[in-house]
Amino acid sequence: MSIEVALNILTIVAVSGGAFFFLAGTVGLLRFPDTLTRLHALTKADNVGLGLIMIGLLPRVAWPFDALKLIVVWVLVLVASAVSSQLIGRKLWRGGDGS
Amino acid sequence: MTIGVGFSVALGLLILAVAVFTIGTRDSFAAVVAFVVYGLLLSLGWMNLYCPDVALTEAAVGGGVTGALLLNACARVRSEKTSDFKKSPRWIGRGMAGLLCLALSSGLVAVVILLPNPAPTLAPEATRSLSATGLGNPVTAVLMAYRALDTMLEKVVLLLALVGVWSLASDRFWGGRATFGHLPEPDRPLIFLTRVLAPVGIIAGIYLFWVGADAPGGAFAGGAILSAIWILVFFAGLSVVPAVGSLGLRIVLSIGIIFFLAAGVAGISMAAGFLAYPEGFAKPIIVVIEVAMTLSIGATLGLLVAGPPGQSLKP
Amino acid sequence: MNVPTILGICAAGLIGLGLFSLIVEPQPLRKILAFNVLGNGVFLFFGVVARRGAAVGLFGDPIPQALVITGIVVGFSATALAVALLLRLFDETGSTSSRDDAQKESKSERADS
Repeated sequence: MSIEVALNILTIVAVSGGAFFFLAGTVGLLRFPDTLTRLHALTKADNVGLGLIMIGLLPRVAWPFDALKLIVVWVLVLVASAVSSQLIGRKLWRGGDGS
Repeated sequence: MTIGVGFSVALGLLILAVAVFTIGTRDSFAAVVAFVVYGLLLSLGWMNLYCPDVALTEAAVGGGVTGALLLNACARVRSEKTSDFKKSPRWIGRGMAGLLCLALSSGLVAVVILLPNPAPTLAPEATRSLSATGLGNPVTAVLMAYRALDTMLEKVVLLLALVGVWSLASDRFWGGRATFGHLPEPDRPLIFLTRVLAPVGIIAGIYLFWVGADAPGGAFAGGAILSAIWILVFFAGLSVVPAVGSLGLRIVLSIGIIFFLAAGVAGISMAAGFLAYPEGFAKPIIVVIEVAMTLSIGATLGLLVAGPPGQSLKP
Repeated sequence: MNVPTILGICAAGLIGLGLFSLIVEPQPLRKILAFNVLGNGVFLFFGVVARRGAAVGLFGDPIPQALVITGIVVGFSATALAVALLLRLFDETGSTSSRDDAQKESKSERADS
């Protein structure tokens, strides 16, 4: 099996896996009862889903700088989503409404 | 129906659904959040139309900075009750407005379907003189060379809007600092995020502006990212908003227009006319003007979100 | 039925929706949102024209793209000025409504801040 076919299969499998995680995260966002559980569902979508999609797209771009840009995008989204989940959680912990 | 067309149909329906939710929901906070989502979906739509510069600017300005502005406003007017307002027009008013908008939309749909084929375009003219400007990105060439007058006047409009916002301060606050309307005490995670994100954001903003000469990017997207980082720094309490009356701030705000005007007036004597660039010097002049413009745009957008001064300088 | 036509129909719908909300909605903050929806719909319309003007190796006509970039920034400055006016009205009267009897005088609270 040539390397091209293997990379194509990697892209298809990884992007499909990432899309599944996004779907699961969205279902969780819509169906979970309160804000803290919804945050928990969203982290799956953001971290794992985006990571899988990024891994799937890595064979498609020019190496090295474009691939590094993809990885930097993923790390920035991780940092931003982690901090915003913390901030929302703190607000709830201190007694904001849980809707 | 190919996949590309199917994706566009899905995206168009999603954009319309989010817009309907934005204008239809009763909760103002939900409407503002839906508006930010709408801006990001529109950015995807722009990429679908193969306009990456506009997609970057829409995501940065339309989605990011406008979202921050509207969320701030929504938080401050949350305490008012909907019963204070005039009732919405009754069914006859709504019906007539609905009929008018339906007629307008139908007319526009007809215009879209009946657009002339082959489509008229100015792309050949735009690319003909591209080598003379030394730029590789035709959109930047249009903004900074062919229609430089529009860009300069747009900077003036930004500055006038900022002066308008400042003029809404109470007399006793004039010359003071803007306060974003009583920000709460920043949380530690926010301070951590700002400390991590600020260097990355500054580099990203400068990179976006620098690479706009030959690839999608440009001064507006770069300036919007710089302003977003500046706003984040204020929210985290890591820096104090400069006073409205400070000379340094006023110089940074007006430096874009000053450089533009200087280049324009110099063009009268050294080249064909106002805002004409001399042969062979077009790219350096454009780059210098763009540096000044990025600084000014970053400062102006950040201060537009900050609002009028709410805190006096005198103790 | 190609991509620019579909997004053009979407843009026409957005313009109608934004205009309807701008006319009918009584709260000023929602009017500002509707104005932005309307403006972005108009810009998307420009984008359709830009995409159809693809020629000489470019993917789109650059002139409408530059016009839209200018328009987005100018629209943001108009929104910022409108929001500043709205917040000033709210600070002075405690309500953003234009109904005369709904404006509460809270000047004494303002004088303390």
